[in-house]
Amino acid sequence: MTETQEGAGAAADAPGAPPVPAIELDGVVKEYLAHGEVVQAVKGVTLTIAEGEFFSLLGPSGCGKTTTMRMVAGFEEPTRGTVRLHGRDVTDVPPDRRDVNMVFQSYALFPHMNVWENVAFGLKRRKVPSGEIARRVGEMLEIVALTGREKRRPREMSGGQQQRVALARALVNRPRALLLDEPLGALDLKLRQAMQIELKRIQREVGITFVYVTHDQSEALTMSDRIAVMNDGRIEQLAGPREIYERPATAFVAGFIGTSNLLRGTVDRVESGCAVLRVGAEGRVLAAEGAHRAGEAIAVTVRPEKITISTEEPAGGLSAVRGTVSEVVYLGLYNSYAVSLADGAEVTVFQQNALDSTSTAERGDAVWLSWQPQHSYAIGS
Amino acid sequence: MKRLTPYLLVLPGGLWLAIFMVVPMVFMASVSTQEGDVVNGFAQTFNVGVYGEVLGQYGTQFLRSASYGLAATAVSLLLAYPVAYWIAFRGGARKSTYLLLVLLPFFVSFVLRTVSWKFLLADDGLLLAPLKSAGLLPGDFHVLQTTAAVIGGLVYNYLPFMILPIYVALERVDPRTVEAARDLYASRRGAFTRIVLPLSLPGVFAGVLMTFVPMTADYVNAAILGGPENTMIGNIIQTEYLVNNDYPTAAALSFTLMAAMLVGIFAYARALGTENVLEAAAR
Ligand SMILES: Nc1ncnc2c1ncn2[C@@H]1O[C@H](COP(=O)(O)OP(=O)(O)OP(=O)(O)O)[C@@H](O)[C@H]1O
Ligand SMILES: [Mg+2]
Repeated sequence: MTETQEGAGAAADAPGAPPVPAIELDGVVKEYLAHGEVVQAVKGVTLTIAEGEFFSLLGPSGCGKTTTMRMVAGFEEPTRGTVRLHGRDVTDVPPDRRDVNMVFQSYALFPHMNVWENVAFGLKRRKVPSGEIARRVGEMLEIVALTGREKRRPREMSGGQQQRVALARALVNRPRALLLDEPLGALDLKLRQAMQIELKRIQREVGITFVYVTHDQSEALTMSDRIAVMNDGRIEQLAGPREIYERPATAFVAGFIGTSNLLRGTVDRVESGCAVLRVGAEGRVLAAEGAHRAGEAIAVTVRPEKITISTEEPAGGLSAVRGTVSEVVYLGLYNSYAVSLADGAEVTVFQQNALDSTSTAERGDAVWLSWQPQHSYAIGS
Repeated sequence: MKRLTPYLLVLPGGLWLAIFMVVPMVFMASVSTQEGDVVNGFAQTFNVGVYGEVLGQYGTQFLRSASYGLAATAVSLLLAYPVAYWIAFRGGARKSTYLLLVLLPFFVSFVLRTVSWKFLLADDGLLLAPLKSAGLLPGDFHVLQTTAAVIGGLVYNYLPFMILPIYVALERVDPRTVEAARDLYASRRGAFTRIVLPLSLPGVFAGVLMTFVPMTADYVNAAILGGPENTMIGNIIQTEYLVNNDYPTAAALSFTLMAAMLVGIFAYARALGTENVLEAAAR
């Protein structure tokens, strides 16, 4: 290993030139042969991750997140496409000669080595002088709050501690990018939340690129700078957390991230850049996005917490639909209503529990649902 | 009652061991110091001198047994490790089939298998005769009655005892740890020597014990595949017991062999105890 690969972020960017991205995948496809059949685990992924970014790959089980990650780390070679790290094509470079490190879902700590030896492993392989190894391992163990546990074996530690050893073992090498494959998957909720904050803090402190794999949407939303939502080997949407949540690009993303309502209707007319949809007999929904023609059938999404429930007809200028309350669930902070529309569609509404709440609809009530036009987006099929 | 449970659980196995191991040993120890012959009977005379006699008389055979045992263990290890490795890491869905193949020879009696090797390797047998008539081997070339034949037979007969424990140890190595090592800048070779090899050492340790002990005490291979020059201590014991009916000598030989083996094993375990080896590997 050359010294130039040490030290994160110090890419020799010419002033003015666009910075070299940390990771680039270009049309990456991975096929496996399983029982004589070709299985496409990744079906053409193209993405660019900037230096220092906290980037998440989010998607349901089996969508190809781990496979994508393993191609970045070098454990799998793409069937097609290229992988570039910091501008260098590494498509067929083995993992020990890539300047990224991986934190495994199962931690994969070395069971015959103690904490100190686990963390020092990478530095020793790179022939770092022993004085420096001692210093860096010590510092790293301090960051992950494991000072004093150096002599413990992995099996003598709790899941959370093992997780931190795995993190330290990768970070101590100061890789230019850290790949984390569901690193918090095995932890209980409380520890998970604590570690999320911890990870975020560490990332800010060391300032390196994090690529984070998870199938937990709230984890991805709270931690990431950008998220790629994957489904069936492809990226469905790549955007910041806010945009992913507020403006899902596809029905899949809308359904996968949080609770979302999907309303189908026909475009009635286009009014000052807004498509006005007819939904059922009395409903009108305004969708700001895209160029739509009258008569076109489209679908729009709206999040449950954006909807106001009331017994009176709302003012014009809002999206509004009529329905009947079919279910009320008290959830502490808020009530969840299920409202059936005339066309059979069911809409979920979250309404905060204010003390003076006047909008307490009961089961069986006929209600109006309304929301601001900017909260519904037309989505691709 | 709760506190007694563990002891009660040990009881059946413990009794079994006590009866079928300790009793014969005491019996054998007592026989070894008796004097007399089969016709007139043996009487206990506490003749400890017999131990000195057997050591002096059969020292060569003791040493030969030890060196055959060591050589055969070494060859077994070299052959078994790659096989076990291959089954554990490359066996895929057919692992159990390969393991069954390893065990398949055990479905045939030990002696029968060894005898069939004798037929195969005979001077004018299936293997050598065609080669000799084709002029590929000199006419007086022979395999039987050589050290190589005995060691070869030992390796053949005990190889599965080396493969299985190594396989079990390798099977438990998480392939992700190997990937983690590669990710942390270890070469293929480095990942093997620092992760796979140390983690498989308990299996190697067990395999060596499970093959070295029976190989050293073996007499079937030397009797069937070897010649007069290949006599092992097991053959001497067998002759003293069944041919010469000199029970005290045979018992003293058996006891000496066992004692030597126990000392050897303890020394081996101390020097190479799995913990020590793992410590060393982590460095
Ligand atoms: N070695 C392999 N051989 C055959 N098929 C594989 C192999 N590895 C992965 N696959 C298949 O590729 C697809 C993607 O797998 P991958 O492990 O990348 O999913 P994932 O998104 O990480 O899922 P999870 O959230 O469950 O970890 C799956 O359908 C899986 O069955
Ligand atoms: Mg996965």
